[in-house]
Amino acid sequence: MNLDFSQIVPYIPFILEGIWVTLKFVIVAIIFGFVFGSILALLKISHIKPLNWFADAYTSIFRGTPLILQLMIIYFAIPQLTGYDISPFLSAILAFGLNSSAYISEIIRAGIQAVDKGQVEAAQALGIPYRLMMKDLIFPQALKNILPALMNEFITLTKESAIVSTIGYLDLMRRAQVVGADTYRNFEPLIFVGLIYWVMVMGLTLIGKRVERKLKYSD
Amino acid sequence: MIKVENLYKQFGKTEVLKNISTTIDTGEVVSIIGPSGSGKSTFLRCLNLLEVPTKGKIWIEGQEMTDPKTNIMKVRQEIGMVFQHFYLFPHLSVLDNLTYAPMKVKGLSRDEAQTKAKDLLAKVGLTEKETAFPANLSGGQKQRVAIARALAMEPKLMLFDEPTSALDPEMVKEVLNVMKDLAQSGMTMAVVTHEMRFAREVADRIMFLDEGTLLEEGAPSEFFTNPKTSRARDFLEKIL
Ligand SMILES: Nc1ncnc2c1ncn2[C@@H]1O[C@H](COP(=O)(O)OP(=O)(O)O)[C@@H](O)[C@H]1O
Ligand SMILES: [Mg+2]
Repeated sequence: MNLDFSQIVPYIPFILEGIWVTLKFVIVAIIFGFVFGSILALLKISHIKPLNWFADAYTSIFRGTPLILQLMIIYFAIPQLTGYDISPFLSAILAFGLNSSAYISEIIRAGIQAVDKGQVEAAQALGIPYRLMMKDLIFPQALKNILPALMNEFITLTKESAIVSTIGYLDLMRRAQVVGADTYRNFEPLIFVGLIYWVMVMGLTLIGKRVERKLKYSD
Repeated sequence: MIKVENLYKQFGKTEVLKNISTTIDTGEVVSIIGPSGSGKSTFLRCLNLLEVPTKGKIWIEGQEMTDPKTNIMKVRQEIGMVFQHFYLFPHLSVLDNLTYAPMKVKGLSRDEAQTKAKDLLAKVGLTEKETAFPANLSGGQKQRVAIARALAMEPKLMLFDEPTSALDPEMVKEVLNVMKDLAQSGMTMAVVTHEMRFAREVADRIMFLDEGTLLEEGAPSEFFTNPKTSRARDFLEKIL
């Protein structure tokens, strides 16, 4: 055994900065994915066929190809096609946001369809317009049921975020590699950021549990 | 007032309602009875267009529901509906269940809506439950809240689809009593029910549906003692 964590001590501030760098785009991507995923879910349950097709095709493409490929295409293809020099940060948000909205739309669609259809009828009978019914009555009930699945998706996104290191975005993962190259020691920095990822995921899990408990108004 | 003219409803190839015409006057209480699957629920659901009729016309308070130009959402506000399985909004407190639609749909202020809601909860005997959630109520309490929720919109008429069928026997009465009070207050009501005593005592008229046809209608005293059709006689024999 040849482990020496003291070697990476000078690099700790550098690595810790990576927490925020990672969180920054993960949070934006989660919000983006949730909002766009909700819209896609609404398109999926709409009665307008072309909207269904669009949302289904979208989901099929983004679930059917590797995330790292989507990331590369956005990062390398956009400059080539448009001349716009897209930053790693923006590429990461786009790739993760677009990708997770495909997954989230499926989760939300299933959640909405699992709400008792009597709820819709009760709302209709009261003369409540579709938009209000979805926003205030159906969506909150769906959300409660799908919270575990959503949390799972957020956790996956947080962990998978490490692949942005491949486009040079200085996230946690990339920083571990930089430190590894600097010190000729890979194990220690990798273990260290591994621990950080684990703490972040545990944090998310705890938040999820808390929200779930708060929503437990019934049964 | 409800007017129905030559109403037909098909689901795919099955004809569920066949040429139904009737009028329910303001203040009238009509009980709709008939064997299971005869189309009672479908009939009721056609009245507020939860089911779209295949053919025929329906007027609610003089507005033609079946006219595509009619603002259905607007007319629905005048029709309260009570379901067998309550369908309270589980994530809202009892009070919020009652105030949501009046505030969001009719534009009442929170104060106005809450005053009205508390008044209604008192009427159905559930004042102490205003902060409770539906999951913590008994079936009878849920149904009384559902009735109050419908009444909070100040409807001109009320539709009930087997409001006591999902209840434990000991809770049937508390719901029927609320409905009886409502009938006595002059509300126009169409009630699908298997409670023959309620139909006999409270209804002004019985509609007997059989295989999608309005086979017989008349005063309860007449219908129950002297049914005209053999189908109605058979049905009454089975159920009484
Ligand atoms: N949404 C639907 N799709 C297809 N068939 C239906 C639907 N709703 C009701 N039916 C059929 O219509 C008939 C009448 O149903 P319903 O109105 O519920 O009868 P009732 O309330 O008198 O028991 C039944 O044969 C039922 O299976
Ligand atoms: Mg029925």
